[in-house]
Amino acid sequence: MVKRIVVGAHYGLRDWMIQRVSAVVMALYTLLFVLILIFAPPRHYGAWKALFANQAMKLATFVFLVSLFLHAWVGMRDILMDYIKPTGARLSLEVLVALALVAYAGWALQIVWSV
Amino acid sequence: MNKSRPKYLDLTRIKLPVPGLVSILHRISGFGLFLFLPLLLWLLQSSLASPDSYVRYRDAIAQPLMKLILIGLLWAFLHHLFAGLRFLMLDMHYGTSLAAARSSSRAVLGIGIVLTIVLGVFLW
Repeated sequence: MVKRIVVGAHYGLRDWMIQRVSAVVMALYTLLFVLILIFAPPRHYGAWKALFANQAMKLATFVFLVSLFLHAWVGMRDILMDYIKPTGARLSLEVLVALALVAYAGWALQIVWSV
Repeated sequence: MNKSRPKYLDLTRIKLPVPGLVSILHRISGFGLFLFLPLLLWLLQSSLASPDSYVRYRDAIAQPLMKLILIGLLWAFLHHLFAGLRFLMLDMHYGTSLAAARSSSRAVLGIGIVLTIVLGVFLW
């Protein structure tokens, strides 16, 4: 028997929106990327680097990666809420995931803008 | 009306219908992709940073174990993408009848596996 207690007027709505908006952003970037691979495949280092040297591509890639990290946050938080019952352990893991994602965001910035 | 549901949560006794399987695989694939984010970021960085690091990237992705991991992640990505698009469709109340939900979940499961095999063979 599962007792489900729902509290708060806007419980989870913002996360729900973030998850879906970031999903659509990632799907669109994926489509763009597949089109590039089909119609203008970068076949060597120079072409691959040139693709990411383009400012529009840098911005699109960064927006994609930030969407990915926000999306991963919502998903990982859902998973931890569902399976890790002791509050201390759950909060610790949530903090760990959040810090890792912030670190990844910094890393992503470095990767995209050092091309 | 006060129903006590579900009756039991014994994973070995629950036989998931296909939409349920697609749903739990959506969660598992998302978790797997999260775990391998550092590897994927490292590969992206190596592929872009310099001609030398590009060579290291090419060497890394030529390893059979790395290929297996990346093809596994490719399946995780494809399944997560198509199952996610299906969930967005359901959010907008398309295909919510039982028959439609079952056939779309079968399609999602199949597309993920078939595309992974086709691309996996192509990329190996």
